[in-house]
Amino acid sequence: MWIIAPLLCGLIFGAGLLISGMVQPTKVLGFLDIFGAWDPSLAVVMAAALAVSIPGFLLADRSARPWFAGQYFRPGKSGIDLPLVAGAGLFGIGWGLVGLCPGPALESLATLSPGIIVFVAAMAVGMIAHDAWQQSRLTAQRDRLLASATDG
Amino acid sequence: MANFTPVSAAIGGVLIGLSAVLLMLSTGRIAGISGIFSGLLNLRGEDKGWRVAFIAGLILAPILAGMIGYGMAQPKLPSSWAVIVAAGLLVGFGTRLGGGCTSGHGICGIGRLSPRSIVATIVFMVTAVVTVAITHHALEG
Repeated sequence: MWIIAPLLCGLIFGAGLLISGMVQPTKVLGFLDIFGAWDPSLAVVMAAALAVSIPGFLLADRSARPWFAGQYFRPGKSGIDLPLVAGAGLFGIGWGLVGLCPGPALESLATLSPGIIVFVAAMAVGMIAHDAWQQSRLTAQRDRLLASATDG
Repeated sequence: MANFTPVSAAIGGVLIGLSAVLLMLSTGRIAGISGIFSGLLNLRGEDKGWRVAFIAGLILAPILAGMIGYGMAQPKLPSSWAVIVAAGLLVGFGTRLGGGCTSGHGICGIGRLSPRSIVATIVFMVTAVVTVAITHHALEG
């Protein structure tokens, strides 16, 4: 039953966010508020996670394939471009406004808090809007290429 | 730094790193929550099972913790619905455009020593800090 593996991974991830307190927006905002009563906990969370993930990913690099899948699905992009910087910038503004990023937001659905449900719905709309925008850009690009090909 | 909780932060961080590594070793996938979630928002049928399972695990964690007496407090959110909606839209659109969030870039991408992820993490940290500085200090005095 391979589906147990991602389920367990989600549980472990959720436990990590719970124990570290990062599921709470106030805790995250305490880290981001460097001009207030600064709480460096989030930096410790990241450092501890990286202390595990850096050697762990090196280990994964040395194995030919995952335990329950035919191949590794690694991100293909490598260059630093405008969408990366602009997207990260916008995400940071949203994160700073409320103190929620996607992991804690989804995990907090367990509380059935109306604010969380609205946040997750808005997040989904933002994602769908982005993908629709990209799709329309690609279609426009293809139409221009086709038009120039027939012109030539 | 009265609120600093280094021990629980370190334990939680180790678990998050462990989850990311186990998901890669077992399923071959990056534990980037924005990517996992956005993959569920299209109508194409393939490739959804592991995503549903991971998010189900994520939501089950506080429910199971509650059963053994460590329930999660209701998250404290701004009183303004407009701010909540704007933040959700920015987080959704921005993570898709930038190709990841705190987990995908911050833990997995930097974990793979990706220059893209290092840049993305610096950028979202900076804009988040500036946003908090403005909303908590400049606007509220």
